[in-house]
Amino acid sequence: MSKHSIPKMARFDPISAPDFLPPGQLGELQLQRLQNMVTLAYNGVALFRRRLNDRGLKPEDVQTLDDITRLPFCDKADLRDGYPFGLFASPMSEVVRLHASTGTTGKPIVVAYTQEDINVWTNVMCRSFAACGLHRGDIIQNAYGYGLFTGGLGAHYGGEALGATVIPISGGNTQRQIMVLKDFKVTAICCTPSYFLHILDQAAELGVAMKDLPLRAGVFGAEPWTESMRQRIEQESGIKAYDIYGLSEIIGPGVAMECPCQAGPHVFEDYFYPEVIDAATGKPCPDGVEGELVLTTLSKRAMPMIRYRTRDITALTSEPCGCGRTLRRIKRISRRSDDMIIIRGVNVYPSQIETALLKVEGALPHYQIILTREKGLDEMEVQVEVTQEVFSDTVGGLEQLQARLTKSIETTTGLRPRVRLIQPRSIQRSEGKAKRVIDQRNM
Amino acid sequence: MKLKQLSLFLENKPGALSAPVKLLADAGINILTLSIAEAQQYGILRLLVRDWKGAKSLLEKHGLLVKVTDVLAIEVADRPGGLAEVLAALEQAGLNLEYMYAFTLKRESKGLLLFRFGDPDKAIDVLQKHKINVVGKAELFKRLEG
Repeated sequence: MSKHSIPKMARFDPISAPDFLPPGQLGELQLQRLQNMVTLAYNGVALFRRRLNDRGLKPEDVQTLDDITRLPFCDKADLRDGYPFGLFASPMSEVVRLHASTGTTGKPIVVAYTQEDINVWTNVMCRSFAACGLHRGDIIQNAYGYGLFTGGLGAHYGGEALGATVIPISGGNTQRQIMVLKDFKVTAICCTPSYFLHILDQAAELGVAMKDLPLRAGVFGAEPWTESMRQRIEQESGIKAYDIYGLSEIIGPGVAMECPCQAGPHVFEDYFYPEVIDAATGKPCPDGVEGELVLTTLSKRAMPMIRYRTRDITALTSEPCGCGRTLRRIKRISRRSDDMIIIRGVNVYPSQIETALLKVEGALPHYQIILTREKGLDEMEVQVEVTQEVFSDTVGGLEQLQARLTKSIETTTGLRPRVRLIQPRSIQRSEGKAKRVIDQRNM
Repeated sequence: MKLKQLSLFLENKPGALSAPVKLLADAGINILTLSIAEAQQYGILRLLVRDWKGAKSLLEKHGLLVKVTDVLAIEVADRPGGLAEVLAALEQAGLNLEYMYAFTLKRESKGLLLFRFGDPDKAIDVLQKHKINVVGKAELFKRLEG
């Protein structure tokens, strides 16, 4: 009780002031920044200049915010083709930091920051922490990986700017994570949601009661997750699990962050302009309708992005939020357009499998999908780790469990999987992003 | 009266059985009796040890999934019809028997079987009413030592 007893709006942190800009002023700021950024990108990056020229557009053609829809898209392939420095708009003498994303496939993507960019990033991360009620005096355990990955340093600078105490523990070494959580009286943790579930499992094995610790907030992101996962985390640990969204190509973590209403992350629109489009046609989706998230950086100097296609599936809503922020919200990203797997012609997302497994009482989110092709036919095997709660010591009991899991997946996806029960902890745990699908179909 | 049995979930793959057995051996824990129930992809190893708590935490520390179940050690006459008599008493009372397995131990022409019931407490009542001997922990360990 005491951990969460501060009423939602009791504290207004001045750090959050830009989150409450009146829409008219926000729009003006956005347009001004957009015009500057497009000019910079046009003059500084050959790719953007060519793309605009191909459409007969000049930076001066951006007269209103709606004109953004006339601009061309860019995507990960452009970043890959420009590897390593092809999309930089500023000379190297102004670049103070490089990060690289491993991406899920292929060559890394290099991203660059000027000092101004780092300041913006620090600002949005600081506002992210403030948005979920953290402040000076909080002790933040930053278990995002430090290094080329943007998660670690992004959260680090933001936490320090907030005035909180940051523990730069980075990812991995779960036993030490638990020791530090306990001994340093940590009040907030940053990591991927799947890694936090792993921490919970280990804590239970070590006999550490997470509910008794001062930990009250988790800032979770860097991978798609689901509402059921959030509920599980909150129930098992007694903390509030907040969804943070970001991607290296745009800045890193801190593109959008949830407030105490936990009703989807608010996009920091003063720096990042969001659109949701129909992935097939490229046309904008109406408010509340799901599609692919497209982001434009409004102030980035080293590496501006014009209408970057994120492949993340979400919906944008401008409905007012209980917290009073004027920033629009996106729905939690639970899938990516490139996560989609096609099995026997049926589109399936790993998040659907996860939801189906969680529907079966006590079943775990630790699972892996193995795809094979036998005699020209796709087979989906779902491996699920058996837990203490569902382990019945009779074969009949386990067979029933297997049947319930199979049924649940079949109902959700329309495909009948082979469900294999496996020993706990036999699926490799991620200290970064969870690998949910292993495709052995050799396509 | 009730004994604590450990049940382990094992995947059906090479080395799955030897891993827990070796852990117990290295810790000097003697297995009093055991049985394996197998399905196509996995098996359940059920075993009885003297220090079940120690064995459980040891196995769990090594990532094994262990469940504790109450079982009863029941004395059965070692002659044709010995088991049938016990089962008849149980059936009459409508008791749900999940599974059973044996000890190699024998005394005065009486064998010892392990039973797992849906409701072990009710089973104890029924067995006592029929004067069937349920062997408790102290007595069991004494016999095994002797």
